[in-house]
Parts: sequence; C-alpha cells; structure tokens
Amino acid sequence: MKTLVELEKKINSELTTKINNSEIKHNQLYLEIDKEDIIDVTLFLKTNKDTKFRQLIDITAVDYPEQSQRFKLVYLFLSHEFNQRIIVSYNVNENEIINTLTSIFPASNWMEREVFDMYGINFKDHPDLRRILTDYGFEGHPLRKDFPLTGHTEVRYSEDKKKVVNEPVKLEQNYRNFDYESPWEGTNYIKEQTSNNDKKN
Amino acid sequence: MTKKIKNLNLNFGPQHPAAHGVLRLILELDGEVVEKADPHIGLLHRGTEKLIENKTYMQAVPYFDRLDYVAPMNQEHAFALAIEKILKIEVPIRAQYIRVIFCEIGRILSHILNVTTQALDVGALTPSLWGFEERETLMTFYERASGSRLHANYFRAGGVHQDLPAGLEEDIAKFCETFPKIINDLENLLTDNRIFKQRNVDIGIVTKEDALDYSFTGVMIRGSGVPWDLRKSQPYDCYDQLDFKIPVGKNGDCYDRYLCRIEEMKESVSIIKQCLSKIESGPIKSQDGKVTPPPKKELKQSMEALIHHFKLFTEGYRVPKDEIYTSVEAPKGEFGVYLISDGSSKPYKCKIRAPGFSHLQSMNYLIKGHMLADVPAVLGSLDIVFGEVDR
Repeated sequence: MKTLVELEKKINSELTTKINNSEIKHNQLYLEIDKEDIIDVTLFLKTNKDTKFRQLIDITAVDYPEQSQRFKLVYLFLSHEFNQRIIVSYNVNENEIINTLTSIFPASNWMEREVFDMYGINFKDHPDLRRILTDYGFEGHPLRKDFPLTGHTEVRYSEDKKKVVNEPVKLEQNYRNFDYESPWEGTNYIKEQTSNNDKKN
Repeated sequence: MTKKIKNLNLNFGPQHPAAHGVLRLILELDGEVVEKADPHIGLLHRGTEKLIENKTYMQAVPYFDRLDYVAPMNQEHAFALAIEKILKIEVPIRAQYIRVIFCEIGRILSHILNVTTQALDVGALTPSLWGFEERETLMTFYERASGSRLHANYFRAGGVHQDLPAGLEEDIAKFCETFPKIINDLENLLTDNRIFKQRNVDIGIVTKEDALDYSFTGVMIRGSGVPWDLRKSQPYDCYDQLDFKIPVGKNGDCYDRYLCRIEEMKESVSIIKQCLSKIESGPIKSQDGKVTPPPKKELKQSMEALIHHFKLFTEGYRVPKDEIYTSVEAPKGEFGVYLISDGSSKPYKCKIRAPGFSHLQSMNYLIKGHMLADVPAVLGSLDIVFGEVDR
C-alpha cells in the first residue's frame, strides 16, 4: 500500500477480528494482536501483494512485572517494496508457550533464542531453543526486571582448583541508585510515606 | 568391505585470529567439506541493554560506542535519533553535517578494517598495513573532535557534544584528497589479484530471496543485488540533501561484497566532501536548555543555566512515555534502537538491533558444502564485530 493510512485500512479490513488495536505514530504502524494469531498475521504481512513485509527486522520482549500478562512480545517488520515498517505486539503470561516463526522467517531462529535466554519465554516447535548470549550453565533471565543489575554469580579463576569457578556475587559497596527526582515533586520515599499515611487515615 | 566413516567435529575459536574476535564455531566436517556450522556467541556479552535501563539517557550513550567498536559514532546516531524523535527536537544544520561527516568517517574506518582483514584471512598481509595507516589518521579526527580515538561519546540528543576544533575541517578535506589514491592502491593489490579472486569469487553466495528471509541488511543484501540503503530510502539528518550512489553487487558472493565495500568508501569520501563544502558555522546542539547542557561560560553568570546544568547531570532529562524504533545505515547494515520510555529519565527498555547478529546466524546456511578453508573467507565477508553481536 502506498501510505500507512491505506495500509492500516487494508490490514484492518483483511484481518478484521485479529487486530485488537492499530495506531500510526513516528511514521510506523503499531498493531496489537492476540498471541494465537501471530503466524496468520505474519504470513499475511509477508505474502500479501499489497503489504510485502519481506523482512523480519527483530523480535524482542518487554517485561512489565506489575501487569497480569507480564510480557509484551514485539515483532518488527520491514517492507522494501513500500518502504514501510510495522511493529506487531501482543501480551503473554509468564508460563505461556508461543508459536515460533522459524518456518516463515529462518532469521527468527536466533531472535527467539535471545528472547528465551533474556526473558525465559518458551517457543513451541522451535528447532533449537538453547541459550544464546549468556554463559554455558547460566541460570536466570537477565533482562527481567526482577533480575539484579549485578547478577547472582561472579566468575573467577581458582588457583586451588585450577579452574574457573562461579561464586555468589560479593560487592565491596552496594550498587548505588540515587534518587534524583525533584524534591518539589516529592521524592519516591516521601511519596511512599504520604501514600501510606493516606491509607492509614 | 565397507569402512565406517565418522564425521569430524572441529572446534574453531574462540581464540583464533580468523574468528574476528571471540567466535566459537563448532564445525562438522566430512573430510574437508563443512557439513554443519554451529556458531556459539555471547563470549563478549556485557549486558548492554540491562545497563542502559539503569542509566540516564545521557549516560547510556557511551555504551553504544562499545557495540560495533570500529565505527562507534554510527551507533550513537541511532540512539540520538530515537530520543530526538520522541522529544521532537530540531537538530541545527551544522550539527547534522558534523554527524554525517563522522558517520561516513566511521563507515570508512569499518570498511578499511573489513576489506584489509578479509585480505589477511585469505593470505594477503600488505593491504592491512596500508589500510591501518589511514585508519590511524581517521581516528585522530575522532580524537580531535571528541577527545578519544575509539569510544567517542560525541553525539547527543539534539546535536553533538562540542564544535569541531579549528583546522579540523581543512584536515578532513585534505584527507579526502589523498585517500582515493590509497583505495586505488588497495584495489591494485586485491581486485584483480588471482589468489584473492580464487578465494572469494563464488564463495558464500546469497540469493536475493535468502538475503530477505535471513534479515540481511547493508552490504550483505546489496551484494546480492537489492538496492536498499536506509540513507536513501528512509533518509535521516541531512542525507536527503546529499548526492551519492548505492553500489550494488550482482552475484552475492564474497567478492561482490568486497567490491561493494570498496565502492562505498569512494561514495563516503564524496559525501564528506559535499558536507564540508556545505557546512556553515552555527549552533551545534539544540538550544533547548532542558535537553542540552548550557555553555560553560554561562554557568557563573546565569542562575537558569546553573539549574539546567545541575538537573541535567544529576537527574538527566525526562523523556515522555512512548515507543519507537529508529534505525540507521551503519557500515555493517541496519542498526536499530527500539526504545520504550516511561516518562522518567531512564529508558524502560532499549533493544539494540545489531546487523551482525542476523548475518552470523546464517553462517550454517552460507558455509554448508564449502571447504574448511572457505570458513575464514565467508566469515570475513560477513563483517562481524563481536561487540555488537554479543551486546
């Protein structure tokens, strides 16, 4: 489609029920769909002659620990033909298993492995779902918001054992995360105090 | 009598000069023919994305230098553009030209490194000696502008950190006069060289279809004959005011990709020349005191400047809640930043899309059926830098 507005119309009319929400901003089209529809939507975007999103640019996830559906999965597509970009997203729970795109885009193989590694989200029928960026034998999923910045273990060479060993992190000084918010708007600890007081009253 | 033959598993790297860093490649060999390649990456993983989530926007910039460390400023550019688009800041025209000049210098830096080390991988030593001399000159330009040769930390949301020092523009112009001769010298050594051609022609062929399916970008897709360059198709900063060509390959093999890189260097020189002729004096960063720090001389006179300075270097500027993907044409392909801001002064999420990640993933597809000796040639032409692959 020539313009994003036309594209939005086209997608909404062809995939009616599958699109929960669509929005155009920053010269990109943002689509929200359901988890079950990702394969259908991707196939449509890739093969339809008016869309031709032939490249999967990236897959990633976003962690919102306070939401009931914790993770948002994000797929970025690019169409060379029409010079357009689409961002497709959907929400999933922590334990849900997601369909893989490896049969449609071979490039999604490593991208899904990375999501699995960083967020612990499982993909169904993925040919090779191993950790990719973290160390062999690593535990935990680093990009989750509840994973500490300093990690759980540190690595050093042990002269006694003559090999590299993993040990729990010992920090000489705690990680310092200063609260720089303007005192006029209320720093976090004051905000928390006042809200607690309000509750008591 | 039949004899059972077992395939040989070979561990290539992580410490190997032809692995271009810390790649561990598990190769399954049938004789000398590669049956399967399984790259193990992550040996240089530093958790950049996690660190960025815990830093203010300004503190996050240096992490981008450390991704693709042979062309640092190109990465900073993507991040700066993302913030600028959310905050809707106008970048002064002089800053745009400075940024484009340094992005093109980064492109030349990266392509020299790649072309000459690829030659080194297939047996030619001299190109790297000649090429690295030029890289040294270019890195002094980096140093004069930003204060450091590699980890520049120069681009800011809204412009660049400081103006170019006196005389730098003239020196870059001088370099643009002498450098094409060096490219010619390199070409004399390599382009028609019998050994270089034997090692690269028809090796690692990528068809158009596969280049799309495997998310190839940059030289990898142009080498296969797809004329796609973000500087032309989705121009950012002042690229739409510049005149340059997009070199495209024909066969999609290692040799075509080498040719593309050589041509791109020539185009980069022409872009830098155009920028130098068009650049005018003026502000080098946005004048919005809420985003860019005030000049030092105002600090002792102006109360407002002092407050701005203090707020910017403690809390940092806040970015309204938004979600954006911006990408630039880095030397290696499409480098993108997917940024989610939540209204605070730190990014909620910053996903970095590194071109090398997709390229390296196709290693198995590219090398299957080739000889063991072709592994370094293919790896060289992929242009892998582990800083960005592992992040």
